[in-house]
Amino acid sequence: MTKAMLSIDNAAKRFVTPASMGDRIAHALGGPDRTQTVHAVTDVTLTVAKGEVVGLVGESGCGKSTLGRMISGIYAPSSGAIALEGTPVAKMAGKRIQKLTTRVQMVHQDPFSSLDPRMRVANTVSEGPVHHQLVSAAGADDNVADMLVRVGLDASTRRRFPHQFSGGQRQRIAIARALAMQPDLLVLDEPVASLDVSIQAQVLNLFLDLRQQLGLTAVFISHDLGVVRHVSDRVAIMYLGRVVELADTVPLFDRPAHPYTRALLDSVPKLGAGRGAFSAVAGEIPSPLNPPPGCAFHPRCPFAGPRCSVERPILKAGDNTPGTVACHLYDGGT
Amino acid sequence: MSLVEDIQVETWRTRLGDFWREFAESKVALVALVVIVAIVFIAVFAPWISPQNPYDLARLDLFDSRLPPGTVGSGGYVHILGTDAAGRDLLSAIFYGLRISLLIGLMAGAFALVLGMSIGLVAAYKGGRVEAIIMRIVDLQLSMPAILLALVLTAMLGQGLWQLVTALVVAQYAYFARTIHGAASAERDKDYIEAAIATPLPAHIILLRHLLPNSLPPLIVVATVQVASAIALEATLSFLGLGLPLTEPSLGALIANGFQYLLSGRFWISVYPGVALVITIVSINLVGDQVRHVLNPRRGQ
Repeated sequence: MTKAMLSIDNAAKRFVTPASMGDRIAHALGGPDRTQTVHAVTDVTLTVAKGEVVGLVGESGCGKSTLGRMISGIYAPSSGAIALEGTPVAKMAGKRIQKLTTRVQMVHQDPFSSLDPRMRVANTVSEGPVHHQLVSAAGADDNVADMLVRVGLDASTRRRFPHQFSGGQRQRIAIARALAMQPDLLVLDEPVASLDVSIQAQVLNLFLDLRQQLGLTAVFISHDLGVVRHVSDRVAIMYLGRVVELADTVPLFDRPAHPYTRALLDSVPKLGAGRGAFSAVAGEIPSPLNPPPGCAFHPRCPFAGPRCSVERPILKAGDNTPGTVACHLYDGGT
Repeated sequence: MSLVEDIQVETWRTRLGDFWREFAESKVALVALVVIVAIVFIAVFAPWISPQNPYDLARLDLFDSRLPPGTVGSGGYVHILGTDAAGRDLLSAIFYGLRISLLIGLMAGAFALVLGMSIGLVAAYKGGRVEAIIMRIVDLQLSMPAILLALVLTAMLGQGLWQLVTALVVAQYAYFARTIHGAASAERDKDYIEAAIATPLPAHIILLRHLLPNSLPPLIVVATVQVASAIALEATLSFLGLGLPLTEPSLGALIANGFQYLLSGRFWISVYPGVALVITIVSINLVGDQVRHVLNPRRGQ
């Protein structure tokens, strides 16, 4: 494997829900502390090599979007480090987050809210590059045209407003905006989740084409295993803020090791499987306010033993696992 | 650079066109708009269209005092709306009074808009403690009657145009702050702001280029209503004798000026300035209502 482009080292993000004014006064006077901490992302270690696409998969609320925002510098990690070729992507400046680099760009899930409704496409795409002097003000218009053509839109549409485009076209604009910043790393947060299925395929193909042309490095976040299988070289499965399995795409889908990964793969409805033949992952995802002790998956796991509710498994390679996995089944039994 | 300018010109042209078509759907609002244009015309050209300069004390004749409407005075022309106790031609005094009232209303409205907009926007963007402190001050102020605040301030600051405008701005900025704060807090959480942060763009560009334009529409409505309300406030203060000196009377001062004669049959001294004031305020409010109606996003559905 080549040198790591992105290195995430023990990164964690905790959100503290602010207490009400009354509770704060009570706390100051000696009452109980009523602030609650959400452990959105806990101790994630992951590297992305140059030219590689890593998929992040998990149920809603598992912290994959939070991790994506940390990588793109919108959130600074509460602990640990996220660095792009050695440079941290964000730091805390007082209470504010300061994004340090233009080299990581993000594509949001919902193209209906990620584009400024009062700004024309040309300005939306050129604003960042002109501000950071990646293109001159005089060359901005040509640059916008190039970018739009590159994502499969007509260059003449650059004077339109976002509301004049369909969802798929808007997502292409969002991709053009990210590409215009000449990023070294692209974070795509569920980029096709809010699109029609037929449009999803078009946008995914666009992504694959761009990847081939530009040698993109990317983190691709999705809850859709089929989509991730299609675009990623490696896949990280997340559960309740932690990576529970990390492996190359093909072996992972062939022989998933972690019970959660297996459950996820089994729960995908398949054509030809007949009616009522798919099994859902049992139970609800636990609250990240109060994660269960030991392995976070043990309340829902069919293989859970006494060890699982006490000792937290660590991510490591076991016998015959496709990659690394955090499960006691591969580490001396439950 | 020309592209950016073209785009902006085009944007405003098409949007204004749509806006105008929808605005003109209400005939009442159209009439009100015509009235406002006429009032502004009168206010701007008062020195040229008034029969008399009511500020020039040398031209006032006490023999002409309290003449009923339609009387020919010593100046040899008809006092269409009569004269007041100082012998001022009321029509001229109303023209000049409109000029002062509109000037004060617009200046107070504009300054309150800029001030309220700035602090409301910053509060929404910053969040946390800054937002809490600013918005609690605004809430505190909104819980007091604006007239009370303006009264105390004019009493403290003294008479004069700038003192009056300052008092009105302080009494009114809170409405603008709260309105834009509400709109901007909703916009703040949308992904396009996050996308701008992730680019990254500096805070002032995000504020001015993204957050402000998207939070502006509700403010336009508040602005029209607040101009009307500033005019009314100013009239109230002048009526109570706290506004401008009587030698340069605004509409409120004119009403106060004739108040003592109201029951002795010389109604015109108070009533005609009052009518002018009511027409002005009602017209502005009617136009403001229609603007609100056109800008209401739920309207098209």
